[in-house]
Amino acid sequence: MAEIIQFELNGKKVEIPLEKGQTLLWVLRDNFNLTGTKYGCGEGYCGACTVIINGEAVRSCGIAMEDVAGKKITTIEGMSVNGKLHPVQQAFVDHDALQCGFCTPGMIMNAYGLLLKTPHPSREQIIEGMEDNLCRCGAHVRIIEAIESASKVLKV
Amino acid sequence: MKDNKYYRDEVPENNPTFEVDRRDFVKLLGGGLFIYFQLGSFLTGVAAEAAQQRSLPKDYNAFIHISEDGTVTCLVGKIEMGQGIITSFPQMVADELDAPLESIKMIMGDTELCPYDAGTWGSLSTRQLGPSLLAAVAEARGVLLSLGAENLGATPEECSIENGVIFIKNNKNKKVSFGQLTKGKKIEKYLDVKPKIKDFSEFKIRGKSFRHADGVIKVKGEAMYSGDFKMPGMLYAKILRPPSHGATLVKADTSEAEKMEGISIARDKELVAVLHRDIEKAEAALAKVKAEYKFDEMKVDDQTVFKHMLEFPSDAKVVKSSGDIATGKSASDQIFESEFHNSYVAHAAMETHTALGFMEGDKVVVRASTQTPFGTQDGIARELGLGLDKVRVIPPFLGGGFGGKTMFRQAIEAARLTKITGKPIMVLWTRKEAFFYDNFRPAAVIKITSGTDKSGKISLWDYHEYFAGARGSDTIYDVPNAKTTSYSAKDVHPFLTGAWRAPGNNTNTFARESQIEMMAAKIGTDPLDFRLKNLKDERMIGVLKAVAELFGWSPAKSPSGRGYGIACGFDAGSYVAHIAEVKVDQTTGKIQVVRVACAQDMGYCINPEGSIIQMEGCITMGMGYALTEEVKFTGGDIHTANFGTYQLPQFSWVPKIQTKILEKNEAPQGGGEPAIICMGGVLANAVFDACGARLYQLPMTPERVLGAIAKVK
Repeated sequence: MAEIIQFELNGKKVEIPLEKGQTLLWVLRDNFNLTGTKYGCGEGYCGACTVIINGEAVRSCGIAMEDVAGKKITTIEGMSVNGKLHPVQQAFVDHDALQCGFCTPGMIMNAYGLLLKTPHPSREQIIEGMEDNLCRCGAHVRIIEAIESASKVLKV
Repeated sequence: MKDNKYYRDEVPENNPTFEVDRRDFVKLLGGGLFIYFQLGSFLTGVAAEAAQQRSLPKDYNAFIHISEDGTVTCLVGKIEMGQGIITSFPQMVADELDAPLESIKMIMGDTELCPYDAGTWGSLSTRQLGPSLLAAVAEARGVLLSLGAENLGATPEECSIENGVIFIKNNKNKKVSFGQLTKGKKIEKYLDVKPKIKDFSEFKIRGKSFRHADGVIKVKGEAMYSGDFKMPGMLYAKILRPPSHGATLVKADTSEAEKMEGISIARDKELVAVLHRDIEKAEAALAKVKAEYKFDEMKVDDQTVFKHMLEFPSDAKVVKSSGDIATGKSASDQIFESEFHNSYVAHAAMETHTALGFMEGDKVVVRASTQTPFGTQDGIARELGLGLDKVRVIPPFLGGGFGGKTMFRQAIEAARLTKITGKPIMVLWTRKEAFFYDNFRPAAVIKITSGTDKSGKISLWDYHEYFAGARGSDTIYDVPNAKTTSYSAKDVHPFLTGAWRAPGNNTNTFARESQIEMMAAKIGTDPLDFRLKNLKDERMIGVLKAVAELFGWSPAKSPSGRGYGIACGFDAGSYVAHIAEVKVDQTTGKIQVVRVACAQDMGYCINPEGSIIQMEGCITMGMGYALTEEVKFTGGDIHTANFGTYQLPQFSWVPKIQTKILEKNEAPQGGGEPAIICMGGVLANAVFDACGARLYQLPMTPERVLGAIAKVK
């Protein structure tokens, strides 16, 4: 019998049999059908797969499932409540801070992680905190502005 | 700027990927009628017919359908990859039809539902498809007006349309909506005299800024890309890949992989795939496949490629010629000879090539990230020996394209594997596969011999473009003796190359605009004045003057030490001019872009904010090919495999960006590509202005910058 691990996913207790070699990214996408978390590079360079684990933004492609037991995980699907967008999501919409949208969930989760740690970041802190999330369309300037806006309304 | 504020907060939410299959489409249309066709005849009707004929349909019904509830469904063969036509097409349709913007829904690129389209590239959607789409909508409007008038007991001249409601002008209470009108009717009516499409002065929704119609679903992570679809029994396929281009599979031993639980193997000629419900298990199994190859590779690498290209037998074609080169030489006071190099660069869209194939009866259906759904359908039909009616391609949202998704190898792989196994098969490339099979922007050489006369006019322009592509190779300047020669050859590259955002033009504009500033610097003229003196095209002059004002240009001879550069060019029907400010660290060779201003004349602009977003994206993306992006390879072996060795622009690079779109009542032109073409040239010129070092090769890596600085010290 496979070992069962439990963790909290978007506010709900969930459990899943532990299988060797599985990473959080593909478990989220395939076992829980949370496909907002994207595969972009698989090696932690791009940030498209970013989720929040215990209050920190991490890249789910590099997280082995055995390390997930007992943790609290938030994905992009857990950000809006009763259909109302999270302030970071709303700021991305307001600033039109996206084009193809593929990096967007990872950008939002990384920005949320940044704001959890640094609720009122300077522009330099935003740039530093977002530096390793890649966007090919070039929405960067608007993403920075969106995070600046979100930091003004977000209550952490 | 007409109206640079967002026009309204609520935009219709558009998702081209909602689950439509044949039955669902009928449901989606509700009880409403396609005005001239019964429901059943629609799918086998005009759109499908046009798709088979591979040309745009003449019947407007192929483009637009009105349901009982007033929903206007607009069908186009284009796809949405971030360029924003899912927002601007509804603006055009609603405006032309006099329907509410929120009533317009888009269905995009589905080969079974949408009218044929060659592909989404070349910034052609608005300028090329736009007029046909608008003509169709204008005819639909005319027919609706005539039907509505009949219904109201009036003449069309006595009636008008607002917000999808036809009414009698002097008695607004007498009215009928599009939905009410079409309900339950079976009418086939066309107008003998096709109505003219509206004039700029009549536009109400066009010309105003709207937010991305797909913004909300994208921030929620709900927008569906090819890899996000799931089907019962779906298996991931991991395909055996050669170690290099030019390697041919001799033998593959899958016995170790087969021992793994839940693994199955699919083989078809050179295609060897391991299949598993779980993508990571499939990947682990693929690592256990032992393969032998034979190698036949070209002896060329990223260092020797430029020499290789110049020595390669090629066909020379004169693109344009005026006057005489010998006359130009004798008329010149100073002659300038240069050779410019540009490297292979990758598309590197954040979404790798992905496709889900499945069988629907004897039909192969593929949801694929492709810029050319109909081309993909052709390709699959050819590969599998099927009729086009047995292949359906449905492109959901694309996570970026930039020309890279004009290639659809992954869709053919998914189709072949689903045909062999009968099961739903997901092919989702790794980043390494995406780099390996990318149709890179070709490396290129440009040789220019130019001259100036004593009055400071360009007297000679002899331009030779090797393998860049001819787009943008013709000089934009007014030169009496000018010739452009383009060299091309098959098999010059050791791997696939192809269209990369504004193909050819990035390399050509880099070379041309560098040469222009070299001449201006040598004769001691301000580079803006030099351009204005040598240009005749009023629209090019217009964007240069606009960007100079936006930036706050003051004349100076280069190198001025300010780090200012200029470049201008023409692409996809639009004129662009850029001015950049850079700082060059002369000890590390690192370039920091401080500011980029860009003015664009794109004719009439449908969605100003959407176009500005494209300009910002072009400027940001363009810094990559200008400064860092370069594919490293030896023969067919691609060393670049992930973002650790291929540096895309990052947040810390982002300069202050200033944009201006010139207000023009001219036919709309392209907006997805033009603003990227100047980025190599404008930054090279700014570097020269900062430190007097001229860079002849892109990308301008710190090493190359230091090399250029050493030459002038």
